[in-house]
Amino acid sequence: MKLARDTWLIFQRQMMLVLRNPVWVIVGIIQPLYYLFLFGPLLKGALRLPSAQAYRIFVPGILVQLAIFGTFFVGFALISELRAGVIERSRVTPVSRLALLLGRSLRDVVSLLVQAAIITVLSIPFGLAVGLGDALLAFAVLGLIALMLSAASYAIALKLRSEDALAPLLNTVGIPILLLSGILLPMQYAPHWLATVAKWNPFSWAVDGSRALFAGHPGDASVWKSLLILGVLTVVTVSWAARSFAKSVR
Amino acid sequence: MIETIGLRKSFRVRKATVDAVRGVDLSVRKGEIFGFLGPNGAGKTTTLRMLATLIQPDGGEATIAGADLRRNPGEVRRRIGYVAQGGSTWDAVTAREELVLQARMYGIAKPEARQRAARAIESFELGEFADRKCQTYSGGQRRRVDIALGIIHAPGVIFLDEPTTGLDPQSRAHMWDEVRRLRSEGMTVFITTHYLDEADALCDRIAIMDYGEIVAEGTPDELKREVSGDVVTVGVPGAAEQAAKVLDGQPYVRQLESSEDTVRLYVNAGATAMPQILRTLDGAGVGLDSIELHRPSLDDVFLTKTGRSLRES
Repeated sequence: MKLARDTWLIFQRQMMLVLRNPVWVIVGIIQPLYYLFLFGPLLKGALRLPSAQAYRIFVPGILVQLAIFGTFFVGFALISELRAGVIERSRVTPVSRLALLLGRSLRDVVSLLVQAAIITVLSIPFGLAVGLGDALLAFAVLGLIALMLSAASYAIALKLRSEDALAPLLNTVGIPILLLSGILLPMQYAPHWLATVAKWNPFSWAVDGSRALFAGHPGDASVWKSLLILGVLTVVTVSWAARSFAKSVR
Repeated sequence: MIETIGLRKSFRVRKATVDAVRGVDLSVRKGEIFGFLGPNGAGKTTTLRMLATLIQPDGGEATIAGADLRRNPGEVRRRIGYVAQGGSTWDAVTAREELVLQARMYGIAKPEARQRAARAIESFELGEFADRKCQTYSGGQRRRVDIALGIIHAPGVIFLDEPTTGLDPQSRAHMWDEVRRLRSEGMTVFITTHYLDEADALCDRIAIMDYGEIVAEGTPDELKREVSGDVVTVGVPGAAEQAAKVLDGQPYVRQLESSEDTVRLYVNAGATAMPQILRTLDGAGVGLDSIELHRPSLDDVFLTKTGRSLRES
């Protein structure tokens, strides 16, 4: 009860800050739009597919990319808060330590889902057609990614406590995740060894699952597999982050 | 209000162990301004952060406002306020928003939190800027907001870590008034400082800390009385060593400390010692450019306890 109340309190404050300075939300929407408008048409030609079908492959990939890169770097904000003394001020109050993490991560999940919804809607004129139920399931996949990676990012930021160390680390982890997930091009074009490596990337399951959903196949095995894999990983990551948060923010 | 026994903390810095706090025993009474005086790096902030539940002590016991620090840090948090040295406000929000949030983090319901914020804005005279973003505040304004945040839940004890460092003289005087007002409202104030005049003018009692240990504790007057007699400071540019040599061992000199250009003498009676000092120096051919007689200050207390001047360290 106290956890829920405190989480809501922190979430409200964080959300207010986002709405007050929505620049980064707008930037976060514009960047995937570049891919949609400037790279999408290329893909259509390269894959020799009709527009609707190309976007059905491409949009879910872009959304997963947004979920990864939109949330994996949130740790930077936490470092600024540490520096300003805001975290320390929270720590001397009896506020729940877990709420300090969850309130922030939920903010990240909500802002991601808003961006994802906007991009999905903007893709409809290009011929994208997706059922509401399928889209909601795909958004559940995105939400899990966002929750997992934002919690991980906060935990790493608390360990490193410096932007200079955080940036290279996140990039080093983030870029192979992106390349091996089949986001930009489907992994079926990969040579055998690369496809094998990609199989071990949980985010490539997320991409496959979202693509199946956008193609209108919610019964495809990749859908429940991606939800299961991400669900388990999210639980593991959040409890790890919660523990390290509680430990260093005792 | 605060009792500690043998409070200890060490840090590991590159394989070396640094004993930041080495057994601190303290007793702070209800409703007093207790000053923690010492040079930078003496362990003041580490002690304060332990008492405020921010870091765990390695050893020792502490009771704060009736709650046990080691067994029940959650209860300690409810009963104390803490204001860090570096500030605590977020630039993009207003002081009023910060005050409401802070009250709510203590579990206070929204309408009550709003009332408390309004009252704090009034009593700390923040009205002029409380609805502007924190990034527009001056250093003194920020510090007043920090303290208002620290006491929003009406704690019995407030810890202030160097509240006047970096403030201009006017803001500093204003801050002293705020601290005295908190005491008049019945709060116990625990303050760290490295300013001698601040400890002297503001605090009811002080503890002097050096290298992780308390070297003296008492009211400023008691401590200064311990250094009995008078202090004579002789300015002897370039000849301090020579002057110290001839003055040391003279019957009227109780203790002597020399630095680069000055020699400081502790004597029983300044009025009779001064002509003798002048004669001795004259006889040895040491020229002096100033001689000054004063009552012992807290710096003299520090000097006699540690062998160093707080001004120099």
